[in-house]
Amino acid sequence: MRFADLLGFAWQVVLGYRSRTLLILLAMGIGVAAVVTVTALGEGARLYVVRQFGSLGTNLVIVLPGRSETSGSMPGVLIGKTPRDLTIDDALALKRSHAIRRFAPLIVGAGDVRSGSRRRETPVLGSTPELMDIRSMELASGRFLPAGDPRHSQPVCVIGTKVAGELFGNRQALGDWVRIGDRRFRIIGILAAQGESLGFNTDEIVIVPLAAAQALFNTESLFRILVEAKSRDQIADAKADVEEIIRLRHEGEKDITVITQDAVLATFDRILRALTLTVGGIAAISLAVAGILIMNVMLIAVTQRKREIGLLKALGATGRQIQMAFFTESAMLALGGAAVGVAAGEFGRSIISQIYPAIPFEAPWWALVAAPVTAVVTGILFTVAPARRAARLDPVQALSRR
Amino acid sequence: MIRLTGIERTFTVGDEQVHALRAVTMQIARGEYLSIMGPSGSGKSTLLNILGLLDRPNAGSYELDQRDVTGLSDDELARVRREKIGFVFQFFHLVPRLTAAENIELPMVLSGVDPAERAPRLGQLLAEYGLTERSGHRPDQLSGGQCQRVAIARAMSMRPGVILADEPTGNLDRHTGQEVMSVLERLHENGGTVIVVTHDPEIGARSQRRLRMIDGAVASDEKG
Ligand SMILES: Nc1ncnc2c1ncn2[C@@H]1O[C@H](COP(=O)(O)OP(=O)(O)O)[C@@H](O)[C@H]1O
Ligand SMILES: [Mg+2]
Repeated sequence: MRFADLLGFAWQVVLGYRSRTLLILLAMGIGVAAVVTVTALGEGARLYVVRQFGSLGTNLVIVLPGRSETSGSMPGVLIGKTPRDLTIDDALALKRSHAIRRFAPLIVGAGDVRSGSRRRETPVLGSTPELMDIRSMELASGRFLPAGDPRHSQPVCVIGTKVAGELFGNRQALGDWVRIGDRRFRIIGILAAQGESLGFNTDEIVIVPLAAAQALFNTESLFRILVEAKSRDQIADAKADVEEIIRLRHEGEKDITVITQDAVLATFDRILRALTLTVGGIAAISLAVAGILIMNVMLIAVTQRKREIGLLKALGATGRQIQMAFFTESAMLALGGAAVGVAAGEFGRSIISQIYPAIPFEAPWWALVAAPVTAVVTGILFTVAPARRAARLDPVQALSRR
Repeated sequence: MIRLTGIERTFTVGDEQVHALRAVTMQIARGEYLSIMGPSGSGKSTLLNILGLLDRPNAGSYELDQRDVTGLSDDELARVRREKIGFVFQFFHLVPRLTAAENIELPMVLSGVDPAERAPRLGQLLAEYGLTERSGHRPDQLSGGQCQRVAIARAMSMRPGVILADEPTGNLDRHTGQEVMSVLERLHENGGTVIVVTHDPEIGARSQRRLRMIDGAVASDEKG
């Protein structure tokens, strides 16, 4: 029997028993759609986290005061009063390391920013010019913080686009002055719109020189130091150097936490991937259910079409041909169901994407391959028993009216 | 050319052995027109099924065209059946979801005949059996006589040497039955071996050779 004829024959069956076909398409479709949607959710969450970390900058090593017991756990919890503060001098000492390309000390606080009668509460970051490259920030206009000794500062600031819009409207913000607390700062740069990046929306921040922030918030201690290693291979060296340099400065005590982007990212990546696989696997159980449905439907078909099978044998069909006819039929149904499922899953995904536009929901390629393949394999596996039963049917009995 | 020697066929029903065929020995020459008659349960269908390789005898040997087919595997039997034997049944046995044309084409499809070769043969068969206008109809849209003509056309589609018909007129009215018989007789006139099981003595009388079966055995075998 030619392959095209086999397909044609199966197609006639699929068309001939419509309600049965719809039932299987529905069951397979639900299973595949579940896998596609659920893995898209998991993968979306994973990509979201990965991109958030990626937006921090490349080869990033973050130094924060306080000792964290388990590396890789969320470190933010440990800010606050710690045995010893991180200082500007600690940061400047990092220049000794050969593994470090650049670093930026960071102080963060909330500031009351005013221009004329308009005011706005925004996060205020105190840092050095290196921050721009480390965080891969871009300027819409003007320039970034001026270079110079971080212990002394000029009264200048760089503001996010949203802050500029809210304080100045259509007026020119660049070159104008704002008040933060009781100090005046000249706006020398406006950041390009970039959006959210791990907790900070850069459109809504104001950046001032480090010393200015120290004065504003009346603090000596750094919130953290962002360090960029010279290359990906030197991240580990940079981390070791940072730990050693600060330990020596802190009288031999290891009272800082150094997080590498890689380690945290790898942990999240692993957790979220495992999660996606797990939920995908759970969703795939519905495929097995669909497979069992196919088996039952096929067993019924063998009984229903007993006479037809007997006839095919009388016309010279071999047992193999009969089996192939059944396999083709179930593969066709499973593929159809998979197509319906992928379409429905993508539809569901696009709806969720519209509700949460920030998260890149996207079914991973392996799910898009695995779900239909699983559907077809399940379909065929569960057809083995019915197909063999059909092939073994005694034609004389099958044809008789008994 | 068919040669049966000492064919036995028994069925086990519960604890009982039903002897459907007893020591059937006979020869059927190529191109013969043979009718098999006899009371119900005398083994006519069983004999036909064995002749058509749908069933295997418990004992005895069967030679078809100088080849012993008794020991062939199921698949080999299927292949021989496909090439050499055409079946016509009392209940037509058309595939309900397929059109008349598709039903007729089925044996060629199963044999893997090239579609380019199938089309003209199909057209010829449809014309020959007066079904051209009905080719796109499904069995439930056809009359009994038309269904049986479709079944005969289907049996003929692989141009087999032997046509086996088990009570082909059993489900048809007298007039349509006559019509179907003349179709079968035309096959015989064109050189085919035609073997017909029938209840109807009038139909049986039309053949040149008449076999009478009683209780699984050949009771009489008349020619002329
Ligand atoms: N599959 C079977 N199982 C059991 N008994 C059978 C079977 N097929 C036929 N028989 C028996 O064999 C005998 C001959 O049957 P059959 O060839 O169908 O007779 P006929 O066609 O002449 O009416 C009957 O007694 C019938 O009951
Ligand atoms: Mg009978």
